[in-house]
Amino acid sequence: MAEDQAKTLRDVKIGDTATVRRLTGEGALKRHIMDMGITKGVEVYVRKVAPLGDPIEVTVRGYELSLRKSEAESILVN
Amino acid sequence: MGIRIALAGNPNCGKTTMFNDLTGANQYVGNWPGVTVEKKEGKYTKDKEVVITDLPGIYSLSPYSPEEIVARDYLLDGGPDAVINLVDATNLERNLYLTSQILNLGVPVVLALNMMDLVEKNGDKIDVDGLSKQLGCPVVPTSALRGRGMEDVVNAAIEAAKAKKVPESQMKFDAVVEEAIAKIEGILGSKVSSSTSRWYAIKLFEGEQKTIDDLKLSASELKAIDEVRDAIENKLDDDAESIVTSERYNAISHVIDKTVKRSRTGLTTSQKIDRVVTNRWLGLPIFIAIMFFVYWLAVTVGTGPVTDWANDGISGDGYLYTGQAAYEEAEGEYEDAQGVVEAYVTSIYGMDEARDVPSDESQEVLDALAVAEPEDDADEDAVAEYEDAQATVKDFEEKAEAEKAVAAIEVEDEDGVTAEEEVDFDAYKEAVEVAEPDPADYGLWIPGLGAIIADAMESADVAPWLQSLVNDGIVAGVGAVIGFIPQMIILFLLLGILELCGYMSRVAFIMDRVFRKFGLSGKSFIPMLIASGCGVPAVMATKTIENEMDRRMTIMTTTMIPCGAKMPIIALVFGALATGNSDDTWWVAPLFYFMGVVAIIISGIMLKKTKLFAGEATPFVMELPEYHMPTVKSVLLSMWERVKGYIIKAGTIIFLSTIVIWFLMNFGDAGDGFGLLDADAPDYMDYSLMAGLGNLLAWIFAPLGFDNWQAAATTITGLVAKENVVATVGIITQLSSYGESDPALWLGFGQMIGGGAAAISAFCAFNLLCAPCFAAMGTIRQQQASAKWFWITIGYLCGFAWCVGLMIYQFVGLATGEVGFSFWTIIAIAVAAAMLFQIFRPMPKHKDEQTK
Repeated sequence: MAEDQAKTLRDVKIGDTATVRRLTGEGALKRHIMDMGITKGVEVYVRKVAPLGDPIEVTVRGYELSLRKSEAESILVN
Repeated sequence: MGIRIALAGNPNCGKTTMFNDLTGANQYVGNWPGVTVEKKEGKYTKDKEVVITDLPGIYSLSPYSPEEIVARDYLLDGGPDAVINLVDATNLERNLYLTSQILNLGVPVVLALNMMDLVEKNGDKIDVDGLSKQLGCPVVPTSALRGRGMEDVVNAAIEAAKAKKVPESQMKFDAVVEEAIAKIEGILGSKVSSSTSRWYAIKLFEGEQKTIDDLKLSASELKAIDEVRDAIENKLDDDAESIVTSERYNAISHVIDKTVKRSRTGLTTSQKIDRVVTNRWLGLPIFIAIMFFVYWLAVTVGTGPVTDWANDGISGDGYLYTGQAAYEEAEGEYEDAQGVVEAYVTSIYGMDEARDVPSDESQEVLDALAVAEPEDDADEDAVAEYEDAQATVKDFEEKAEAEKAVAAIEVEDEDGVTAEEEVDFDAYKEAVEVAEPDPADYGLWIPGLGAIIADAMESADVAPWLQSLVNDGIVAGVGAVIGFIPQMIILFLLLGILELCGYMSRVAFIMDRVFRKFGLSGKSFIPMLIASGCGVPAVMATKTIENEMDRRMTIMTTTMIPCGAKMPIIALVFGALATGNSDDTWWVAPLFYFMGVVAIIISGIMLKKTKLFAGEATPFVMELPEYHMPTVKSVLLSMWERVKGYIIKAGTIIFLSTIVIWFLMNFGDAGDGFGLLDADAPDYMDYSLMAGLGNLLAWIFAPLGFDNWQAAATTITGLVAKENVVATVGIITQLSSYGESDPALWLGFGQMIGGGAAAISAFCAFNLLCAPCFAAMGTIRQQQASAKWFWITIGYLCGFAWCVGLMIYQFVGLATGEVGFSFWTIIAIAVAAAMLFQIFRPMPKHKDEQTK
């Protein structure tokens, strides 16, 4: 289970869905990610990656959200 | 007593459309005190007693962004009598998150369920009454786009405000968390009113520093709260902030399960559009095509015919509305004839070989030929001048006829092939007879305001200094402002459409990777593209960047891109460096463009590491909103808001600045006491205050290779408008009739700088990178919305330009042998080392700025 512990949203393949387990990081960024609806237990669908390879677009709580890969790293998923 | 209603909601939920609909043209736009967040207020069109405040679009009331703080302070500190919370019904789950916070604030709330028509179209159903019961506040379905339900919402809000009915929400958290919040409410007691106690209790449970500071609780109370929080955090194995956020979203999911029936499957329209528009392969080409179109309309068309019209037709001499082709042909013929005359005269009286202009003797004849017969015989001075001129011409013509002189002239035919043609005395006489065409003869000619004012003052015998002030100072200055307006209107219509339809977020999505490397946002691309046309609309376009630091950084750097008015400077320098051999130096013009781009990148990287821009990297967790067709009214209002701001604020600064520069250039002591200088005297600028100022400032530019007042004065006049740089070089070198593409002016310019290639390049680099023209500075002042940031911007631009000029002069000069190794060479090396250090050092930590 060791590798599962470290799996983040960044590692989720395009077209796959993952369930959020926990948010690492702190302060304004963490709060903002939560405010946008990425909280414990929510399902996130990774829709696509931007033409230049970063950021990514995900669908969460029925709307489209874009975030950088570096920010996706702070979201631990199952 | 008036009623104050606040409009709150997520970005992109139709708030602006609703606000425009409710208030019509009765809006006032300003900034919230202390921050650059826009504050919009307006009176309700149907009842002037009702004032509506449009709060910034926010996702949450967390006190992190300036928008959130402003909205939260306004709502908490007894601002509004009622809140209309606008939510996007097609995206209810996330929108209700803000609602769940607003409901705790203890203010009457009405929920406007916007875009209900789209919900119905999608086949979904929302139980409005059920939702109202769950949330504990009135819910009104609306469609801001179609103007449906607007009146109902406001009436419900007015009613709620009068009844002071605070929402009683059924939304509850998990029992364990509810218990903790109840405990904290108990600790708070009567410190806060009962209607707001739940809000404060939740915030204290989260351990929010801002609330703790505001409430000034005792140490024992804080300790008790900490104990409650620690117990729950241990129990649920999560931090309090995450617990509350999750609980809110869970409660919302619960509400939605009860009230919403979804039937939609498959992709939404926006998702289908985005499959193409932000596609991995098609995204960039589509982006480039759209940007090209915006650039083409705003810069090419905008600065072309439309700006010509504004410059000539309003503030200039006048504008020819029809028959332009015929007039241009006649003008071409006239210019050809002038060429023939000049060639003929110089063939007899010679050229000034060193400066590549007609010799003094030749110029005398040419000037004499240009003297027109006075209309009024009573004007003795004019009559005498005319007679003198006629005598000069007669002497010349007798000499020419006697010598049977023949001049050779190069003529270019339609295919661009040049051939030599001979000009004899008869051809000369014929050419002299060609009169300068009057545009009024060729079609509908309406004189410009400038010409009308000038004529009126002339006939009213107004004092010459006043005529000069009005014509050269005020009309020219105001004209510079007016000239930008058509371009700005076009640009802001386009940007308004892009922004309101939702494409702007996609721009940020596509370009983010490129720009975040040097501390800018993906949205910085648009201002920089526009800047290659003109800096004024470019700085205005930064409005679309929400993040304050990104916006300030973009404003600081965007004018480094050479704008249209800087092109003549580049052409002049290009010519001066090439000195007739343009094949070897073709790379100079693209080089200066490239320099602008590199300057922005270097500046971005360096500034990002300074204390000014310190702090966490701007998060890019951003909604990609659904595409919407913007309404004509919204687009027009957003355009007008921005253009109006420019006219008022930039207008006043430009107006005053041009008058100051006019005074400096036209006043001085030419030996007969201080006063207005005679602008017809060839060397009048030598005596002006500007020359004095130039002398005072020249030492600054000594290390850059141009330490004379002329170069300094040229730079100062460039502040009025960059076009003036070339014009001033013309006046100082007394070659004003020659354009920037004329070798004569290139030579004169080189002599004026008094240096070689290194000094000329340094001069050009400084003028391209330093503070922009007053119009752009006025706009920068307006957009930075802070005197401190304005001076930081101007100071940085000038300082950076000076450093670049210094390095160019010292290093290029050293390489070509133009300058020797000196004290300043060491300084230049030090500057270069400092820049390299700042670029390559790792991101420094500014501990004192990190409070959390």
